Amino acid sequence: MSTTFTLNGQSTTLDADPTMPLLWALREVAGLHGTKFGCGMALCGACTVHLDGQAIRSCVMPLSAVAGRKITTIEGLQSKQAKAVQAAWVALQVPQCGYCQSGQVMSATALLEKNAAPTDADIDAAMSGNICRCATYTRIRAAIHSAAQSIKA
Amino acid sequence: MKSPSAHSQLPTRRDFLKSAAGASALALSIGFEWTASTRRAFGAPSPGPFVPNAFVRIGADDSITVIAKHLEMGQGAYTGLATILAEELDADWSRVSVESAPADAKLYNNLAFGPVQGTGGSSAMANSYAQLRDAGAKARAILVSAAAKEWHVPVNELTVNKGVVSHAPSKRRASYGSLVKTAITLPVPDTVTLKDPKNFTLIGGRPARVDVPSKTDGTAQFTLDVVLPGMLVALLKRPPLFGATVKSFDPGPASAVAGVVKVVQVPRGIAVVARNFWAAKLGRDALQVEWDDSHAEKRSSAAMMDEYRRLADQPAPSARKEGDARKAMGEASRTVSASYEFPYLAHAPMEPLDAVVKLDAASCEIWTGDQFQTIDQANAAQAAGLDPKQVSIHTLYAGGSFGRRANSMSDYIVEAVSIAKAYGADGTPIKLQWTREDDIHGGLYRPMYFHKLEAGLNAQNQLTAWRHVIVGQSIMAGTPFAASIKEGIDPTSVEGAATIPYAIPNIAVELSTTKAGVPVLWWRVVGSSHTIFAVEAFIDEAAHAAGVDGFAFRRSLLEHQPRMKAVLELAAEKAGWNSGPMPAGKGRGIAVAEAFKSLVAQVAEVSVDKEGNIKVDRVVCAVDCGTPINPDIITAQMEGGIGFGLGAVLHGAVTLKDGRVEQDNFNNYRVLRMNEMPKVEVYIMPSNEAPTGVGEPGVAPIGPAVANAVFAATGKRMHVLPFPKLGVA
Amino acid sequence: MKSHPILWTLAVILGIALLLSAYVVFGPHPLDFAGSKTVTLAAYHQQDPTGVAPDLQSASLVERGEYLTRAADCVVCHTAKDGEPFAGGRAFVLPFGTLYSTNITPDPQTGIGSYSDANFLEAVHSGVGRNHTKLYPAMPYTSYTYMSDADALAIKAYLFSLKPVHATAPANTLAFPFNQRGLMSIWSALFNPDKRFEPHVDRSAEWNRGAYLVEAMGHCGECHTPRNLLFALNNRQKFAGAVQSGWRAYNITADRSGGVGAWSDADLAHYLSTGHAQDRGTAAGPMGEAVDESLSHLKPSDITAMVAYLRTVPSVASGLPEPRTTPATSAQLDTSASDPNGREVYEGACAGCHGWSGASPVLPLARLLGTRSVNDPSGNNVAQVIIHGGERHVLIDPDNMPAFGSTYSDSEIAAVANFVTARYGVKGSELTAAGVAKLRTED
Repeated sequence: MSTTFTLNGQSTTLDADPTMPLLWALREVAGLHGTKFGCGMALCGACTVHLDGQAIRSCVMPLSAVAGRKITTIEGLQSKQAKAVQAAWVALQVPQCGYCQSGQVMSATALLEKNAAPTDADIDAAMSGNICRCATYTRIRAAIHSAAQSIKA
Repeated sequence: MKSPSAHSQLPTRRDFLKSAAGASALALSIGFEWTASTRRAFGAPSPGPFVPNAFVRIGADDSITVIAKHLEMGQGAYTGLATILAEELDADWSRVSVESAPADAKLYNNLAFGPVQGTGGSSAMANSYAQLRDAGAKARAILVSAAAKEWHVPVNELTVNKGVVSHAPSKRRASYGSLVKTAITLPVPDTVTLKDPKNFTLIGGRPARVDVPSKTDGTAQFTLDVVLPGMLVALLKRPPLFGATVKSFDPGPASAVAGVVKVVQVPRGIAVVARNFWAAKLGRDALQVEWDDSHAEKRSSAAMMDEYRRLADQPAPSARKEGDARKAMGEASRTVSASYEFPYLAHAPMEPLDAVVKLDAASCEIWTGDQFQTIDQANAAQAAGLDPKQVSIHTLYAGGSFGRRANSMSDYIVEAVSIAKAYGADGTPIKLQWTREDDIHGGLYRPMYFHKLEAGLNAQNQLTAWRHVIVGQSIMAGTPFAASIKEGIDPTSVEGAATIPYAIPNIAVELSTTKAGVPVLWWRVVGSSHTIFAVEAFIDEAAHAAGVDGFAFRRSLLEHQPRMKAVLELAAEKAGWNSGPMPAGKGRGIAVAEAFKSLVAQVAEVSVDKEGNIKVDRVVCAVDCGTPINPDIITAQMEGGIGFGLGAVLHGAVTLKDGRVEQDNFNNYRVLRMNEMPKVEVYIMPSNEAPTGVGEPGVAPIGPAVANAVFAATGKRMHVLPFPKLGVA
Repeated sequence: MKSHPILWTLAVILGIALLLSAYVVFGPHPLDFAGSKTVTLAAYHQQDPTGVAPDLQSASLVERGEYLTRAADCVVCHTAKDGEPFAGGRAFVLPFGTLYSTNITPDPQTGIGSYSDANFLEAVHSGVGRNHTKLYPAMPYTSYTYMSDADALAIKAYLFSLKPVHATAPANTLAFPFNQRGLMSIWSALFNPDKRFEPHVDRSAEWNRGAYLVEAMGHCGECHTPRNLLFALNNRQKFAGAVQSGWRAYNITADRSGGVGAWSDADLAHYLSTGHAQDRGTAAGPMGEAVDESLSHLKPSDITAMVAYLRTVPSVASGLPEPRTTPATSAQLDTSASDPNGREVYEGACAGCHGWSGASPVLPLARLLGTRSVNDPSGNNVAQVIIHGGERHVLIDPDNMPAFGSTYSDSEIAAVANFVTARYGVKGSELTAAGVAKLRTED
């Protein structure tokens, strides 16, 4: 069975089991490997992508549910917020093992696209679902503030 | 594997894997190329990269490729190793990239481990420091000689800056790349003069991590991302109890799942091999297996802890004995005692374990975030029925490890090899993927421990006696490292306790080693993950009994330990330890530790609400790790170690009920989240001593610092880990 | 004359007491609401409301017994946690002690292997076990009493086809006087009608089939109907909702705000057969088990019949508000509950699936808006599902709500339940840590 949706701006049809979680369809059918598998239960955020601009966990979302909708993965990030987030990530040397960071970048970008000046509480709300076992949390927080500043500037 | 350069000139995934043997050819080429290029370097006239030794390759295009013998699992090893070499080489950091070394213990053994290639014990910088300085300096010497030869000028008139050799008198300049042709014709000098540390520009500076750009744009390559032509994905159904085995199974329902290719039995369980992960998962869910539990561990962890508690009162081998602690305790005017209970802990790295194996009759190729190449090579060879020389390993980035990927049974690698063998050993690449549940249920935990301590104070409130009994499983027993167990003492069980730094005249530390069917392993900071908690929480109880402030009490006992005393004082000063009492419901706690020769002191500030919820607001950390190679990475490792340790003391526990692990995923194996992360300040002690590790030591003091702060805030001591939720009966 | 007023007063009090007792004792039977035009099964000439679904009628006795065992949901109560199916030992924690279910595998010593047909019928219909032991009404024989002999014996045939398991359930720990089994015969005499199902001739065959499945087999009232002071079902409040094993079994009458009056037939059918209805909620706890083990195995025609029957149960108001369906706005992040711990737990552990508006961005099953439990100001079932999770066997893993009870404290669970009900429901709950601690002991 095939599912058609917009993937990183391109109309895409993936031929796969419609119950297959979007995560695996992206990774193994579409060949986009930036989105990671961490828990399979929407508990860690490593699989975060954007669905119509909203950060969602692709590991629990069935492929069939994205038909006709817009999915953006780390490979398709284009917005100025995304660029600011990634620049801040590099400037503040956020990643350690790096495995969760695609998800962190996706969550942070979705936050800044909605909220130009997030408070610490806003950051907690948007980012606490993204686990980082290396605990790069202090730098993630600082990088989001820094990215927000750089967009404003 | 090729990793990104500092400015992210990374081949795309497509480039990387474009041909059938693309990935293997590329990765293997490192090993082969070294041998071939060396031959060239020592005489063959053909142009090519300049390969003065096993650790660096310099291209005619000015590229500097550092060969990393250590796994990059987040700790910054690639950047640190490249920094050391590039420092002595005087390389242009923006042209430096890092490649993983192949499995070859002759060239790439960890000097701290002997003849074994592997990463662990916070040893990467410490064991490589002299080796890579030498490698970089010799490469530089040859390149400078090449310029001298080309320009017919004396070597001592040449200077190097960022990979460019200059001759001031003649105003000539040449980049390293342009000197390669000559350099490969010159011999490697036997000795070379190293830089005076005061002239370091990279070491102690903040060169950007080489892996950050690709880890920010999603292009970094983990094992999860390896795709080879015709590759299949396997999930393994393992027994629900440790030590159980397959009695019988019905492959029918699993085989019926679309996409499932084969169901095979291997020593560790039943594997479902499928075209993709989801098919393998559905197939495994459908699999019916009956298990033989007759030799399985069926106890509950609570019952085991009861037994440990009883064992703590039995005589046990001595790990340290000074004076006569028993006698001194009898003579003390006051004694205090306490016990501490530590649960099993899973490492739970973000990347669930995975490995890709391509096995045929004569070779076994492995792709994984490999932490123990030499041991994994031997174990894989045994599982495959091959010679270790026929096993090649491509080490990729590991999405965390915390010790999990370094284990002497090579559990997940052997599983992958045995699946490939059972599948037919026909060269079909197979990726074994663990799920998070597999990871949490999968054993090789930090062992469960019971600690019992007693301290004696004399009439002047001086600490005169210290008894410490530790009960728990040995990490080393039954492994190739068992030789380190001497007279019943596994050093990893007692490190931090037997090495208690405080000046106490009578000390007795004993270890009662238990046996259980639960496989155990080192976990970030190893023994100090529990011993330091016990020592530092209990010294606080002793200080309280003595009526002395915890910082002052420790300080008075560290006169003979100047480096430790200095980090303790630095942390206290920066935290404002003596700035007066905190408001109600808040408290400050301090702890200090030596781990892997680095010294770390931390002050934690906590708030405890009326429901007993603990929030750690701020942590001040001081660290002395010898020469700080990269202060930013040191800071990051302290921050991360604090968060990792904090998650464990607040939430972490693997428990067993009738032998079955009760946790499954991050819902009930809880780890620290963003909104629980305290503000962290890190202060690095300036030093010219040899560098020591930073990946692990930051984990050790956070638990007791927080426990001591909770006591300051509430008057309650934390004797059980993870901390019981206060205010709840 | 002087004593007359006292005597009169006493007489009046006694009279009122007797009337009250009679009122309590002689309440309506479960099907009384449908009128009294009934006939015996033998005299009923439409489609037989008992037995298996039409497409199973030619199946073997054991196969039919298996279907009926599913319909009567024997396995849930007669299986201990992680225990062998039907081998008993499941604990029922009651205010006056703990009861354990019995082994109904055909083991002769510890199970029902030595039961004759008559023994089995006596247990199912009259609550009398082997050696004339009086069964506690945790065994729903006041419902099963409506089951036909043929169906009960088909169930027996199925149970006897199972592998015998030698297992003795732990001894009950009931306090006096509840440990006096003899008293159960009085209770039984008062509350067990001890009669088989009789079709209502002025209702459709489908309705009668539904009534049989709901009352005799599914024993829905055992959880959904409140009990009187003597722990018998109070059918004046039939299906108006009650608390069972620490979970609220909600109002399933036609009441529009508190019950299922606003649900479509399709909603009800989908909920019963899969444990989920779009915008209505997902079954968890005991109802989740009923879906997993019983309802999801029933044929569509039987589910439709149950829905047809449920539709006719009179509306009883239960005081629960009509569920809210308007999404929460992102602006009100910190104002939903006074305790910041609730938001902190939610943003870490819950928002990934449930999102911030209450309409899950990823899974219809994770939608909080419009669900009964989130719009129950007690917060009871929200807290329970957080503690125990909502694993449905009919679903694939990622669709299941994981359990958080073992690693989140009572105060954290109270706080997040209060946050969820306040943010996505009509009115926030006011659960406390102590309240959550109590809930943990009840399931």
